[in-house]
Order: sequence, then C-alpha cells, then structure tokens
Amino acid sequence: MAVLDPHHLQATTGAWRQLRGDRWALMGAALVAGFVLLAVLAPLLTALSHTDPYTYDIEALDAAGVPMGMFGGVSGAHWLGVEPQTGRDLFAILVYGARTSLLVGLGATAVSVVAGTVVGVVAGYTGGFADMLLSRFTDLMLAFPSLIFMIALGAIVPSSFPKALFIVLVIGAFGWPSVARVVRGLTLTLRTRDFVLAARAIGAPTSRILRAEIWPNLASSVTVLATMAVPGAITAEAALSFLGIGVTPPTPSWGRTIANAVSWIQVDPWYLLAPGAALFLLTLGFNMLGDGLRDAYDPRVSGSRG
Amino acid sequence: MIRFLVLRTAGIIGVLLAVTAATYVIFYVFPADPARMACGKPCTPESLAQAREFLGVDQPLWVQYLEFLKGLVAGRTFGDGGGAIVCAAPCLGYSVQHHQPVTTLIAQTFPVTVSIAAGAAVLWLLTGVAAGTVSALRRGRLPDRAVMTTAMVGVSMPSYLVGLLAILFFGFTLDVVPVGSYVPLTENPVDWAFHLITPWCVLALLNAAIYARLTRSQLLETLGEDFVRTARAKGLRERTVVVRHALRTALVPVVTVFGLDLGALLGGAVITERVFSMYGLGALLIDAVGHTDLPVITGVTILAAAFVVVANLVVDLAYRALDPRV
Repeated sequence: MAVLDPHHLQATTGAWRQLRGDRWALMGAALVAGFVLLAVLAPLLTALSHTDPYTYDIEALDAAGVPMGMFGGVSGAHWLGVEPQTGRDLFAILVYGARTSLLVGLGATAVSVVAGTVVGVVAGYTGGFADMLLSRFTDLMLAFPSLIFMIALGAIVPSSFPKALFIVLVIGAFGWPSVARVVRGLTLTLRTRDFVLAARAIGAPTSRILRAEIWPNLASSVTVLATMAVPGAITAEAALSFLGIGVTPPTPSWGRTIANAVSWIQVDPWYLLAPGAALFLLTLGFNMLGDGLRDAYDPRVSGSRG
Repeated sequence: MIRFLVLRTAGIIGVLLAVTAATYVIFYVFPADPARMACGKPCTPESLAQAREFLGVDQPLWVQYLEFLKGLVAGRTFGDGGGAIVCAAPCLGYSVQHHQPVTTLIAQTFPVTVSIAAGAAVLWLLTGVAAGTVSALRRGRLPDRAVMTTAMVGVSMPSYLVGLLAILFFGFTLDVVPVGSYVPLTENPVDWAFHLITPWCVLALLNAAIYARLTRSQLLETLGEDFVRTARAKGLRERTVVVRHALRTALVPVVTVFGLDLGALLGGAVITERVFSMYGLGALLIDAVGHTDLPVITGVTILAAAFVVVANLVVDLAYRALDPRV
C-alpha cells in the first residue's frame, strides 16, 4: 500500500519540518488564517463595530458626497471610513467581502481541481487516442481568452439562477486545464511504476488501481495545486466584480468596491485602500503558502503562476 | 516549413470552426431571444415575427449557423426590400442595439484592446527576460533577491489595483502622464504611445515578474548543461556563451508559456482598458451583455478566440526559430 510506505511517511514528516522552517510560507499561512477568521467572525465583528455593509449613513458625508474627516472618514463609528456617496461602512464591507472572496475562491478551486484531476487521471492513465483528444482540448482551453467568455456567459444565465453559484461554476470551468496538465503528467509516470504494474498483473480492477495506487501518490501534488489555484480564483472573482458582472449588489465584493473607487480616485483616494490592501494581502498569503507547500511537498509541480 | 504552415493553418481553421459552432450553440440555444430585444417596446406579435425574419432567427439553428459562416466569408444581407441592410464580409452579424454591423463595432474597439495588449506583451517579455537573466547571473545577490521579491509581490497584485495606484500617483499627484482617453495610432503615433505608456507598464509589471522568475530558473538550469561547458571550453566570450547558447535554449519554455498566456493577455487588456476608461473590446462586450445583444457577444467571443489561435501560430513560429532541435 502506497500510503503506508515508510519511505512516504518519512517524506511527509520531512516536508512538515521544512514547511515549519519556511518563514514565507508561515507568513502566508498566517495571512490566510487571518482572513478566514475575519470572514467567519464577520457577524460578530460588525456587531462589535455596530455597523453592517448595507446601511447608508449620509451623516458621515459632506454635501458633495465625500466622507468627512481624515483618511476617508475614519472615526469611532466607522473604523475604516465610509464609502463616498452612500456612507456605507467600509469595515463591514471588508469583513463581509472576505466571505465573498473566500467562498467563491474556494468553491471555484474545488470545481476546477476535481474536474482537472478527473481529466488528468483519465488522460494519463488511459493514454492513446483518449489522451491525445483530452490533451489537445486541455491545451486549447489553457490558452483560451477565458475572461471574455466568462463575461459573455453572463448574458445567457437566467436571472433566477444564483449569481454567486454561477460565478463559482464559470471560474471553475475555466480553471481546470492547468490542474489537468500537471495531473496528467504525474499519472503518466505513475502508470509505469512497479507497484501499479504489479497491481495490474494480479488483475486488480482499474477502479481499485486508481483509488489505491494512483490517487494516494497524487494526493499531495493535488493539494499543492489546489492551494496554488486559490489566488487565481479569488482574483478572477474580484476581476469579474470589478467589471460589474460579479456577485449581485449589494452583496459586498472587494472587486466591486475597487471598481467604485475608480471614479472617486481623485477626491477620495482612501476609498481604495481597504479593499485593495485586503485583496492584495489575501492573494499574497495564498501565493506564499502555495509556494512553500510546493517546495516542501512536491518539487515536481513546477511553474507557480498565479 | 511550408508543410508545417499548411498543416497548422488547416488545424487553425478546424479549431475556429469548432469554436464558432460551440459559441453559436451556447449562445443561441438558450432562451434569450435576440429578436425580442430588436423589437423593442411595445412589441406586437407582428413586429416580433418581422424582427425574427430580419435577423434570420426564425430558421433552425444549423441553418442560422451556416448563414453565419456564409456571412463570414461572403457577407450577407439582413431583411429585404427597403429596410435591407448589407453586411459585408467578414460579417459577424448585425447589432440591433447599435444599428451597426458587428464587424464595424469591433473594428472601432479592437484596436484599443490590441494596442494595450501588444505593447504590454512586448514590454513584459523584454523586461521579464532581462530581469530574469540578470538575477540568474547574479544569483543570491541583491539584484536576484530584488527580482524574486518583486515577482512574489507582483504575482499577488491585481493589475487594476496597480493601475489605479499608477493613475493616482503619476496621473494626478505628479501629473506627468495623461489619464484615460485613447488616441488612435493612425492619428498621432506619439500621442498614441504617450497615452498608452501607463496601461502598458501596469499590465506588463505583473507578468514581467512571472517571466523573470521563469527565465531565471530556466537559465540557471541551462547554464549547468554540457553544451554550455563545451561553448566555454571553446574559448567563447562569456557574453556569447550566455546570450547565444544558454539564453536561447532557456527561452524555449518561456515562449511556450507565452503562448499559453495569450488568452490571459487579452483578459488583462480588457480589465486595463476599463481602469483607464478606454472604450475597447471589453467595454463593447460588457455593454452587449447588459442588453443581451447576442450578435455582438458571439462576434466578440469568436474574435477573441481567433486572436488567440492565430497569435499562437506566431508563437509557434518563434519557437521553431529559437529551438534548434525542432
């Protein structure tokens, strides 16, 4: 059994040790954990600040709709200032926006990792014509102008379909090729390894070989790939919201807030700070963690491209 | 070489046929009816039927698709009699919302997007490869660490965020670059470049960092190979060894990655044009999505796919020129 292979166990503890010594990876993990906490505790935090991301507060604005006070209206009532024009609380938008980012990011990653793993394993394990066909399709999808297709697909989705789910599905649907490519390559080499050949020789059914021999050897690579796919999915959600076709308002989304900041950049540049910094730090966190995981667990997975 | 070109062109036509067919099926099978949109309000059953006939959507899907392909090659006419509209080849359809052929609309907006994308791509390849080479040759020293840190930060920075900061700093605070507005290349090349310099830098920055990282690792690997040692043993100058022998080989995977990034490049340009308030392909598309203007939507997506497929051919040619083994 590959999982109980003592060599494998040793490799895993070694990876843990390396990961614990990797300052960048630890910083990344801390950033990610911080945002997960913000997202999970969002209702509690906004209860503490007595704000929510939906209520307008015209009192905090001057006659031109610009937040009053320093740094975009930072005050005891509004810890990170307020949105121009509406006076909605930016702290509440930040913590609830973390929910949107993480939910969509993790959901889309799950879709693309599952789909990519299935395609990659099928292509790599079956080989031959199916492999050629799937690999060509993967290559085609990899170079596809996916953002343009995501925007276009927004035209045909019925308005009754939940928008957040739609975003998860489209981002996932265009994110699988990079996973499939790596998984295919790994499966291709695993297929010719002795333990797989032995399992085939004793007549083990394919489903068993895939589950008991191939998958345990892919699991760590797939975990690394998944971690490295999250920042891409988060940025994609923010990009769609930035372009005005993401989650439906008033559901908070950092991307939409950044888009709104475009028109206020000259009079209220502080408006950009909170959502911009949050998006940057969360993406950076996942990237650092992903890089660290890759170095520790799986140097074979190359090309860390967020 | 000719055989390669013929084969590749045939392949491209096959892929494009598949993409147009898939696009057509996806966007026209769904219930959104382009005729209902064209018909406006109030929409009587008669005028709806008229609009259907005008756009040709009263026919079965495959007939519509063949008509579309015919229009692409030979042009087509919408409606007949006095209200007929001639759509010259390559006809991508007719936008009822804009009262213009889709090809005309795209011809107005595509140059904006391509200007952003092409300039940024040139900039990111040049700076990325240069920075990667420097950091590989000065491994572990300050330039190397600076490039690697920038790469890490750059990868995590969405281009629109960088864009907004650039507008804020260079556009408003320093007031050295123009903000927004696009000047066509044919009108004034200098103004064109001047207005695009910030978008180019913004879009190139992130990718340059990624390419620097890639070039660095590839070059480090190649520098340890036997043929580089041979070249050194022959007494070639270090410069020749690095540039002519090592870098050339190291660039092969960089070019491959670039081919895969073309789709993302177009997406990046769409976001960038929005940041800099330029009306390009992305703005046209988002507008069309808002109005369910299906001819424009299919036209833009097909064009985007065609752009990537054709640009990939160029990348393949570069690949063959670089790699002595192919």
